[in-house]
Amino acid sequence: MSISVRNLSYIYNPGMPGETVALSDVSFDVADGTILGIIGHTGSGKSTLLQHLNGLIKPTSGEVYIDDVCITDGKVKMTDIRRKVGLVFQYPEYQLFEETVRKDVAFGPKNLGLDEEEQEARVKKAIGLVGLDYEEIRDLSPFELSGGMKRRVAIAGVIAMDPKILILDEPTAGLDPSAHRDVLAMVRRIHDEMGIILIFVSHNMADIAEMSDRVMVMSDGKIALEGTPAEVFSQAGKLAEMGLGVPPAREITELIKSRAGRFESEALTIDEAAEDIKRYMEEARG
Amino acid sequence: MIRDITLGQYYPGDSWVHRLDARTKIIATLLYLIELFVVNNFYGFLIAAVALFAVIGLSKVPVKFIFRGLSAVFLIIAFTFLLNLFMVDGRVLWHWKFLTITYEGLSRALFMAVRLVLIIIGSSIMTLTTKPVELTDGLEKLLYPFSKIGLPSHEIALMMTIALRFIPTLMEETDKIIKAQQARGADFESGNLFQRAKSLIPILVPLFVSSFRIAQDLALAMEARCYHGGGGRTRMNEIRFESADAVAAVLMVLFLAAIIASRFIHV
Repeated sequence: MSISVRNLSYIYNPGMPGETVALSDVSFDVADGTILGIIGHTGSGKSTLLQHLNGLIKPTSGEVYIDDVCITDGKVKMTDIRRKVGLVFQYPEYQLFEETVRKDVAFGPKNLGLDEEEQEARVKKAIGLVGLDYEEIRDLSPFELSGGMKRRVAIAGVIAMDPKILILDEPTAGLDPSAHRDVLAMVRRIHDEMGIILIFVSHNMADIAEMSDRVMVMSDGKIALEGTPAEVFSQAGKLAEMGLGVPPAREITELIKSRAGRFESEALTIDEAAEDIKRYMEEARG
Repeated sequence: MIRDITLGQYYPGDSWVHRLDARTKIIATLLYLIELFVVNNFYGFLIAAVALFAVIGLSKVPVKFIFRGLSAVFLIIAFTFLLNLFMVDGRVLWHWKFLTITYEGLSRALFMAVRLVLIIIGSSIMTLTTKPVELTDGLEKLLYPFSKIGLPSHEIALMMTIALRFIPTLMEETDKIIKAQQARGADFESGNLFQRAKSLIPILVPLFVSSFRIAQDLALAMEARCYHGGGGRTRMNEIRFESADAVAAVLMVLFLAAIIASRFIHV
């Protein structure tokens, strides 16, 4: 499974007073099994880009290839794309609508035309993957659940379609710290167990640094930076210009570097920073 | 898609029409709509259409934009046209099996269609050139005299403000929900009428839930800012009649005279 985006451009309301260029000439590739983190300001074109990847928006120009199949030339069947590419929107809990959790999660598989038995198996597996107890919640109304649980159920609704590429638009937005951690750990587990491409948008630099294999920075409808987390976050100045930052661990190590002369660190996560600080202190003592 | 509906939308601008007092525009529009029913021949419509295009020209709203709004109600116009075309008795023009078109039917159908188009464009000019807030402020002022006999003019205006304010929000919400369900493989286009109606449930339920959430948040936000109804409320921008409104009033009277005169044109 691979994604390839070529010269993608999209203009909202062409020829109208509200005309805006949301994407201009965006090209990139995502290899199999990658976790790609996307950062960028509100209005930088992230959400528009994600919606192109499963055919919800038709580009003004340019192409999107999923596994070397062009999905933007109008020839491919939409259900085939949606089966392969699962897209979880921001605040996905607002799309829940069924009477029971089981029925809601089964909505996707049912639309794919699977038989009852297969639907049931998919639902069971998806609810397990998002870390919930199937027997316990299958007959509850999704509207009775807590915020964090609602979100997991909504994500399960997409996972139940068994996508090969999973895209999450700010999966942790508006969650409290413990639900935030749970959802991130869950996303990571889903990636590892299903062996899929995972693309996620976040404003939390620590999450991006910890999760991603590759990082993409969007600004004004273009890709401003792209690379490994180490490569991207080494450009602190450029990120600050775009109103973005570096992970807190990097901020701390930079601060220590500026105060203590011999301290060396390339840490991006709290764990790495702790290791470096420990080593430095031991060296200083010994 | 759903965003293409321009009926009731505001087109930002700073033209002579935009700057008129909202009350002037409401009265003018109301008068125009009444006058369209005073008209009894095509000469009257000619006058009305010329006046309408003059106003459109003054408002600097692109004609393309206005007609896009018309496409949303095309079905209603077409239905009215066909109904009149086949249902009126008179001198037969064309006949096939049970379908008959008469001279009177054709003339009546055209008459009705022109009237409908003028009604829709005429009223959309008002909303296109007036901010929703100004519109409801104007309405509140116009209705104020009736509050003496128990008409809740402030509440009516507030309800309209809220309704207008949340049309774009709810449209955006609907758009988002439709996309989210499409991403789960939902299909809104195929199937028979019953299946299609049923396929709307995944959109309507979340939309209702969202509306309640928005309403609750809004009520709380209003209470937090000490909203307690219309009594004793003052405004930052009082609306006032200007000399342009006087000019508009004179034009309205002239137009009214022209429309009434048109009734007596016989050829």
